[in-house]
Amino acid sequence: MRYMLLQNYGAAGTDSPPISEWAPEDISAHIEFQQVLNTELLERGELVDAQGLAGPEQAKTVISDGISAPVITDGPFPESKELLAGYRIVDVESAERALEIAARISAAPGANGAPVRQPIEVRAVMSAPDPEM
Amino acid sequence: MTGRPAPADLLRDLAPRALGAVVRRYGHFADAEDAVQEALLAAATTWPADGTPDNALAWLIRVASRKMADQYRRDEARRRREDLAASWSLIPHEPVPAHDDTLILMLMCCHPSLSPGAAIPLTLRAVGGLATREIAAAFLVPEATMAQRISRAKAKLKEADEPFALPPPGEGGERLRSVLHVLYLIFNEGYAASGGPDLARSDLSGEAIRLARDVHAALPQDPEATGLLALMLLTDARRPARTRPGGELVPLAEQDRARWDRRLITEGLTLLTGALRQGRPGEYQVQAAIAALHDQAASHAQTDWAQILALYDRLEQLTGNPMVTLNRAVATAMVHGPGAGLALLDGLGGRLGDHHRLRAVRAHLLEQAGDTSGAIAEFQAAAARTTNLRERDYLVAKAARLATGPA
Repeated sequence: MRYMLLQNYGAAGTDSPPISEWAPEDISAHIEFQQVLNTELLERGELVDAQGLAGPEQAKTVISDGISAPVITDGPFPESKELLAGYRIVDVESAERALEIAARISAAPGANGAPVRQPIEVRAVMSAPDPEM
Repeated sequence: MTGRPAPADLLRDLAPRALGAVVRRYGHFADAEDAVQEALLAAATTWPADGTPDNALAWLIRVASRKMADQYRRDEARRRREDLAASWSLIPHEPVPAHDDTLILMLMCCHPSLSPGAAIPLTLRAVGGLATREIAAAFLVPEATMAQRISRAKAKLKEADEPFALPPPGEGGERLRSVLHVLYLIFNEGYAASGGPDLARSDLSGEAIRLARDVHAALPQDPEATGLLALMLLTDARRPARTRPGGELVPLAEQDRARWDRRLITEGLTLLTGALRQGRPGEYQVQAAIAALHDQAASHAQTDWAQILALYDRLEQLTGNPMVTLNRAVATAMVHGPGAGLALLDGLGGRLGDHHRLRAVRAHLLEQAGDTSGAIAEFQAAAARTTNLRERDYLVAKAARLATGPA
């Protein structure tokens, strides 16, 4: 079973300060945590993909009707609404395991080593249908 | 040496025999399996240029043995600390039929201590001779992830520490069931994905059929091994009619039966008849019998639904699987009308919870019963719950068609 674990910038539910205000050693610990987790998922044969997304400063939004020139605007920015910061795709034996991994990600160390408690969205990835249909 | 290119099929056929020989000679299944993989890769690169060796099997065994020796020489320091005597003990070499090695390897790779997620790739590599890259592509994960899954499976087998031999009498039946189950899952992985962008995965059905043929060849008298092969052939026969060119699913009732593969149906029927004659029906034989009735029917309406219903009754007794009960409800509706089928579903809610398949079957039966609005709601509920993309497309389209009136 394949799941996408999504994490947003500064989503509701976390009282952690933004990463720009963390001490350098807290940032290092956070990055190391992510790398260790990815290595562990790879070694368990569960990791499909893990990506962080470039900051909202570089984000653009495109709207088109397919005929006239598309409308391209800057943003969205994190103040306006929840914005995707990164994701992992894992291929696991059970839904419970996906939740367990999500809990690990949520508890990533933040400022002063305290867990960030970032909400992690767990979404099943669509697959091919069962044969009996 | 001959000038013939190295056919992938030859390499795959030789893979389990080479592995069996190397394990017999040196022990160490996990290392032997790596060495044979390397030998297969070497063959795939050199044989097309140099020609296939006259004794291709001996070539693979020799190259794999050398790779193992090289590896051990490199690891000597590490090995010295281990029990060399035990690791290099030569197993007395007795002539062994090729089928036996394949079967022993399959029983190992489908060891009950392994989850299907571990047993499937290990079986495909060690017995099927597929490269990690190919298995990774079939299961849509990175090669490194699949390599880890396989080496973890092998580490687990090492803990189980089984001799490389057929299981003792009395234990074989249970172990064979694990093998058949794993092959059944491999087949379904491929069959579910036939056509369109999932084409790489559809090769898995062919691989499962090939392995099921090997098991049948090793155990021609086992009715369930035969039944599983028959089931695969009778199901695979419908593949050409199962998807539209765009990849959209075609349900059984709407399939163009002229496109079914008659050759596969004939072979499946012959195998199934032989298995059933032994009078020891099991779940694969019964499923194959159901598939056979569909394959032999001139149309969906002319299908022998009474017989199919009786077989689903039997299958339900054998497996106790609530999914079987769902199929029985479909057959019940065909024989006794949609009301009877719906009544059967009412008793299933507790066991299947909110499963999308339950909602989809109820939707179909409500449609048959003429309850259009009820059917639309259930099709939409099923579409919201499925994690299968094609199935969702089908269910959404079904609800939309009903909502816009008769087609």
